[in-house]
Amino acid sequence: MNASIETPAAVPNVALRNGLAALVVGLLFGLGLSYSGMTDPARVQGFLDLAGRWDPTLAFVMGGALLVNIPAYWLTRRTRTQPLFDTRFTLPTRHDLDGRLLLGAACFGIGWGLSGFCPGPALASLSSGALPVLGFCAAMVAGMALAAFVQKTPA
Amino acid sequence: MNVLIDFDAWQRGLIGGLLIGLSAAMLMLFSGRVAGISGIVGGLLFNRDPADALWRKLFVVGLLLGPLLLAAFAGAPAVSLPTGWLALGLGGVLVGFGTRLGNGCTSGHGVCGMARFSKRSIIATLTFMAFGFLTVFVLRHGVTS
Repeated sequence: MNASIETPAAVPNVALRNGLAALVVGLLFGLGLSYSGMTDPARVQGFLDLAGRWDPTLAFVMGGALLVNIPAYWLTRRTRTQPLFDTRFTLPTRHDLDGRLLLGAACFGIGWGLSGFCPGPALASLSSGALPVLGFCAAMVAGMALAAFVQKTPA
Repeated sequence: MNVLIDFDAWQRGLIGGLLIGLSAAMLMLFSGRVAGISGIVGGLLFNRDPADALWRKLFVVGLLLGPLLLAAFAGAPAVSLPTGWLALGLGGVLVGFGTRLGNGCTSGHGVCGMARFSKRSIIATLTFMAFGFLTVFVLRHGVTS
């Protein structure tokens, strides 16, 4: 164990290690999204079209991801008191259901159905340089800004 | 029920899903963080904390490079982009607004939150799935004229 880890001088190293890890993790995430076919909005809308010719591919993607992440999360949380490169776990702390969660999820679902895009595939597709993707992402950032504004006002 | 049988697509979906799961598992092990795309991007753009920005930026860089890497080695997968600007624009605003207000998207709630058996994430995932199904039903099978 590096004894200097608690000194202020070590802080940039923590940020750097987390940054490099995030680069690899993001790369793997983008690779998975692209390989799975989820960067194709038509395939996502095919999954959402239960009454048409239903395309179950998205269920395989979600199932595959959970197949790895459920045991991995369980193992990480039970064997470690802190992550490898950081001082603590940063996890969501809320457990209550509220109107904003439900309203947000409903709005997201409608937008997802309309476009066939959710945030990950949309951003991953930006590297294609396609204009519709750029348009979607610009609109998405505007929506995020609107949410940031709404959340600053009391409920 | 009319199901599109495409074993090749299902296999690619499963393998891609395993990679996504591995990615989320690694972020938790390395940095103790949830691999939620809307949260990572939203935090980068709207909670400007310089100490917290580097990993978010590099995650997004990796996310952009992933599909390019795949395209370079295996060819770009077929993508048919929607052409309706109204659906794209309105859809984009709703996705951005909804994922931030509801604290997560398909990755944060669906892949990470459900793996933690979080009640909020399970309810959120069921909700956005239900509204996604409903929206496509109205779009494709609703009364249009």
